[in-house]
Amino acid sequence: MENLKVRIWRGAEEGGFQEFEVPRQESQTVLDVVTYVQRKCDPTLAYRFACRVGVCGSCAMTVNGESRWTCRTHVSKVAADNRLEIAPLRNLPVVKDLVTDMREFFDKWAKARGRFTGSKTRKDAFERVSPESKERRRVDAGIECIGCGVCYSACDVVSWNKDYLGPAALNRAWTLINDVRDTARAERLAAVAGDAGCHACHTHLNCTERCPKGLSPTAGIAGLKRAVLAATLSGEI
Amino acid sequence: MSRRSEVLLWGAQRISAMVLALCVIVHLVTMIYAVRSGLSAAEILGRTQGSVAWFAFYTLFVAAVAVHAPIGLRTIISEMCNWRGRGLDLLTAIVGLSLAMWGMRAVFAVFGGGA
Amino acid sequence: MKNDFRSRNHPAYWAFIVHRLSGVLLALFLPLHFWALGQALQGAAALDGFLRWTEHPLVKFAETGLVLLLAAHMAGGLRLLALEFLEWREWQKTLLAAAAGISLVAALAFLLNLV
Repeated sequence: MENLKVRIWRGAEEGGFQEFEVPRQESQTVLDVVTYVQRKCDPTLAYRFACRVGVCGSCAMTVNGESRWTCRTHVSKVAADNRLEIAPLRNLPVVKDLVTDMREFFDKWAKARGRFTGSKTRKDAFERVSPESKERRRVDAGIECIGCGVCYSACDVVSWNKDYLGPAALNRAWTLINDVRDTARAERLAAVAGDAGCHACHTHLNCTERCPKGLSPTAGIAGLKRAVLAATLSGEI
Repeated sequence: MSRRSEVLLWGAQRISAMVLALCVIVHLVTMIYAVRSGLSAAEILGRTQGSVAWFAFYTLFVAAVAVHAPIGLRTIISEMCNWRGRGLDLLTAIVGLSLAMWGMRAVFAVFGGGA
Repeated sequence: MKNDFRSRNHPAYWAFIVHRLSGVLLALFLPLHFWALGQALQGAAALDGFLRWTEHPLVKFAETGLVLLLAAHMAGGLRLLALEFLEWREWQKTLLAAAAGISLVAALAFLLNLV
């Protein structure tokens, strides 16, 4: 098989692409390619990964212009005429090469009140939640998020409004709004309201298009828009 | 602007959109029908002059568009020009009021003018 | 770093561009539209004086474009309302196709009646 021509971002915010030749292999992933470059071509290349199997959410990068998890992206799927362009995630400060500073991404989860708040103690009985209930189904649709940052990177509203909470944080808030055990509903609805929250979403569906887990943060954001409007009109928030 | 106002603004744009969708459907059908034999003042004014129904319809149409368009422009300006705050909100209100007044002038013109 | 066209090349994003562009253009056209109808304040002859202008093929072409913009903004807006206000379903592509179809049909019907 022919060699791959791989352009990899080097530097921080300022920098440029450096080209490498990487042998093409069967079932090769984009993460394999980056690892090859670091081990065989240039050990100073910085990148992040942990599990290699799509669980941890740490290896997301921009591959040929699209945000993706690299460990489960096969080269055969993305390398048009054996060329790859690998860059760090968008919308986040670049620390070095392919590594971004993900602080603002996770800080916004906290801002969206992404933490469960319950009222029970270990002495209470378990809450019974029917898997068939509407709320539980809505939670199921959004709960598998691995926090990889692909949606945040793909979202144009994040680029246009630096305060926008972003798809992942809002998706998390939506799963908690539908968690019948949670007691922070009003505070959470207030936290995700308005021009920096769910109502800034333009339904571009970039996040839905790119989510490696096949989730639709747009769906959850739409639910939040309705819930917040209803709570505002009823005076709940 | 408070978050509450931002939510209400969003809601106002959606509700006005629902009204506009109905108005635009009527408007499109009317236009497609009206241009069949060419546009003329007689055709337009013959339909609208003294008609309370058309006057009410166009008043609703103008009101909805005067709510809908400025909110959309406000969002676009804040995203494209990175301009937010009181100045932009004031501009939004001015655009809305101007559209409403300028539009109502046109409504009155086809309702009562040209006699 | 920001995204470029490669991450935006999918149908829902094209729909967004159509919606935003048509919205801005319609908002810019509105004052002109209201001014034209306001001619009726000076009488039917004044309005006819303006409407003679619309016999020009180039103006007819522009009018058809405006009808397309209006229909596209309405149909695309209904699609957004469905996505935002109804329980989520896998029907984005269907909604998009319907919106595009409605817009084209409206513009074509106008054009066929116009010429």
